[in-house]
Amino acid sequence: MSEAASGHPRYLQHHFADMDQQNESGTFGMWVFLLTEIMFFGGIFAAYAIYRSMYLPAFEFGSRLLDIKLGATNTAVLIGSSLTMVLAVHAAQTGRRKALVFYLLLTMALGTAFLGIKSYEYFHKWENFLVPGLRFAPTVALPAGVTVQNLQLFFCFYFFMTALHALHMIIGLGIMTVLTVMASRGRFSPEYYVPIEVSGLYWHFVDIVWIFLFPLLYLIGGRY
Amino acid sequence: MSQHIVSVRSYVMVFLALIGLTALTVGVAFVNLGAMNTVVALVIATIKMLLVMLIFMHVKYSSRLTKLAILAAFFWLALLLTFTLSDYFTRHWTPTPTDWGSSISAPAPREK
Repeated sequence: MSEAASGHPRYLQHHFADMDQQNESGTFGMWVFLLTEIMFFGGIFAAYAIYRSMYLPAFEFGSRLLDIKLGATNTAVLIGSSLTMVLAVHAAQTGRRKALVFYLLLTMALGTAFLGIKSYEYFHKWENFLVPGLRFAPTVALPAGVTVQNLQLFFCFYFFMTALHALHMIIGLGIMTVLTVMASRGRFSPEYYVPIEVSGLYWHFVDIVWIFLFPLLYLIGGRY
Repeated sequence: MSQHIVSVRSYVMVFLALIGLTALTVGVAFVNLGAMNTVVALVIATIKMLLVMLIFMHVKYSSRLTKLAILAAFFWLALLLTFTLSDYFTRHWTPTPTDWGSSISAPAPREK
């Protein structure tokens, strides 16, 4: 049915009364998904808290084996990618197509930089025999109260939590690739940009997960 | 509503605040505050989360329905953490009765 005949813009789905209702449904749907993600990561954080309290010396020692400079750099990179993401939303709201594509690409570049630094850290752990299950034989002297098994448990959490976070980022990069193609074809306008908005919500959620992973894994191991 | 346009200036200010808080939390990690190190790190992380949610994720300008759903999520997360941790963290508060061991026949030690 043509736009004129149906009496509403083509981006308004016919089961919604108006754009306000459609936008509200879109963002609310994304929030409901993110709420399930909060519970998903919440369970892992609870498990981390329990085992950390059980084997505190091993978890603190393991934390000090992580590279705080790379961790802090990655935090800044990810926060920067959140900024470029909101600037992409802003560009979509104000109808600047080139700026939208530019900020989406910049967000993807920063996300890729994060993953690059993360894989360098993983490689470093591999070289130092700190990959649980595959290659775990610490060459550093273990302080009193720290066993190889308990240290391995800390690195199980480290790899599982950061890899799950990285997986979310890889999915985010895939979503943004699609958005960039759509944006360059002029599919978004100040009236219709909900896909940009909800993808931004997802990207910021992944940022928030890292905002908690960074102190829990890197910072609270007694570095003084 | 998602139609609300936040100024670029606000976004940049939030970004700078987030970078500043990151620097602060890294700095505090090298100061010995005892058990408070964990508390301070988590409080800073929570402030950063609120900044991201309220401004970057536009929760400040969202509908009441969205705000209520987010509050419900944190309520459920609080239930998950409180009940799980209150179990594990209090198990040693009450000692195991000494005669429990005698009433259960211990498995015979494996012979070599």
